[in-house]
Amino acid sequence: MITINHYLAVSATLLLIGTLGVLTRRNIVVILMSIELILNAVNVNLIAFSKYHNQVTGQVFAIFVIAVAVAEAAVGLGVLIALFRNKGSVQADEVDLLKW
Amino acid sequence: MITYSATDHFILLPALLLGMFGIAVLLLDFLFPKDIKGRGWLVGIAISGLVFAGWQLWEQHRYLAEHGMTPLTGFNGALVLDNFAIFFNGIVLVSAALVMLISYRYLENEHEHHAEYYALVLFATFGAFFIITGVDMVTIFIGLETMAVSFYVLVGFLRGDKRSNEAAMKYLLLGGFSTGLLIYGFSIFYGLTGSTTLIALASVVPARGPHDPLLYLGIVTTLAGLLFKIGAAPFHMWAPDTYEGAPTTVTAFLAVASKTASFALLLRVLAVGLSGARPQWEPLLTGAAVLSLTIGNLAAITQSNVKRMLAYSSIAHAGYLLLGVVAGNDTGLIGVAIYLLTYAFMTIGAFLVLVALRRKGAAVETIDDLAALSRRYPSYALLMLVFLLSLAGIPPTAGFIGKYYIFLALVESGKYGLAILGALYVAVSLYYYFRLVRSMFFVESTEAQVLAPSNGVRLALAITGMATVAMGVLPEPFIRMAAASLGR
Repeated sequence: MITINHYLAVSATLLLIGTLGVLTRRNIVVILMSIELILNAVNVNLIAFSKYHNQVTGQVFAIFVIAVAVAEAAVGLGVLIALFRNKGSVQADEVDLLKW
Repeated sequence: MITYSATDHFILLPALLLGMFGIAVLLLDFLFPKDIKGRGWLVGIAISGLVFAGWQLWEQHRYLAEHGMTPLTGFNGALVLDNFAIFFNGIVLVSAALVMLISYRYLENEHEHHAEYYALVLFATFGAFFIITGVDMVTIFIGLETMAVSFYVLVGFLRGDKRSNEAAMKYLLLGGFSTGLLIYGFSIFYGLTGSTTLIALASVVPARGPHDPLLYLGIVTTLAGLLFKIGAAPFHMWAPDTYEGAPTTVTAFLAVASKTASFALLLRVLAVGLSGARPQWEPLLTGAAVLSLTIGNLAAITQSNVKRMLAYSSIAHAGYLLLGVVAGNDTGLIGVAIYLLTYAFMTIGAFLVLVALRRKGAAVETIDDLAALSRRYPSYALLMLVFLLSLAGIPPTAGFIGKYYIFLALVESGKYGLAILGALYVAVSLYYYFRLVRSMFFVESTEAQVLAPSNGVRLALAITGMATVAMGVLPEPFIRMAAASLGR
């Protein structure tokens, strides 16, 4: 029997992987992917809770989260392309004109 | 049944106007040929959008005053119109208008004058409206992201400038991360309550024991996201880089609008949704406040770039503001409101002077660039002095009353240690603010020609300068305004 706790464990794991990815990876594209992973952890949470409470609110919330994640990724990649044109690199540690 | 009532419309009107004017700016720019000289009229349209929105806000205030200040709720409880919302929306609108006034010439000097800039400022203000007015987590989330995504683009607006690209990239990565954490907290709150409103959350929190792990996880992730948004340590890493790399006008707007809206959200979440969980979040907030004060004030000492120094000082200001929340009494909350009001004018003012001093070919950014300013441009030097005194919190300038109220609140609630620590850090902050003053008044320098400032910059400087002095000399009406915003 799969209970709400299993879903929460999956979502917590996703959150952890995403957080580690953001903090440790060097490639900016991979960091963006890690952020998506965190947002998907949220979606898993929302949909599991939605089922648990027997209502649709959480699923609607998840759709909003997906839409916003797309907007953020679009802007993120746009900024990344501008950065790549000017610097010729997508490595986070080579982006160092401003002191970290 | 989903309906759209007159009340809903009345509450939403300022945001509707902002959004419509933003879209109008984009469409008009698209419809008319690019070579119409100057395109200054687009600025006019954008500012009139802000004026109309401000007028509606005033109407809302009048309506509330006539009806005994009872808050209006709309959209099935997703938005709440109360004095709190009007006060903070007012701050954001005024800061947007001031930024519009100074942007035109700045962008022309940078050869990046595009209509999208004005539209994005309006959209960011639009997002801030929903953060401040919303009490439903979905609404808040959408507002937060509308504002954040607009700011990501604005920070990177100087496309050809590597530093602007870099600032935008760092802001976006850390901003996206923090939004993820915040929304994770929200998803847990939804799981606990089965509803997305903060009011429902407030009714559930006391029933969960003080050691409920799920609630604690929700509080920690939400707080992490919120602390990032207000630029408080230990989630402050983005602030110095973003403030330094962004166009100066955007830095001013980011420092004020984003911080004000996010602080209003923090107050709503903590005071409405999580008021029952105070023992859980108060130690976390205290730690963040002390850390912000320490990191902000100590790191600012060594900075040679003025924008970067102001960024660290804004981290320190976030620390003072958090102390007002930690104090936990009415005085503290009034202190936070009045602090944010004064902070808006003095911060925009300080960045404005940097914008006004722009030279041919290079921006004024380092402390050495300001050397001997008192001899070259005494009026700018004097204005900068006023803003710096205010940022440090020296009477009779505006910054004093905010700090006064926050320290008073800490003493009233018996948190003497924090009050003493805060006062000590004010002394530290004097050191780095006066390093700038020393450079302006007592250091010799070679002459450098400054480009003539536009009338917009003059007007904005006059407004911020007068407001900073007026709030310091005659604080009563502003204090009453701040107190009314909290229903006190």
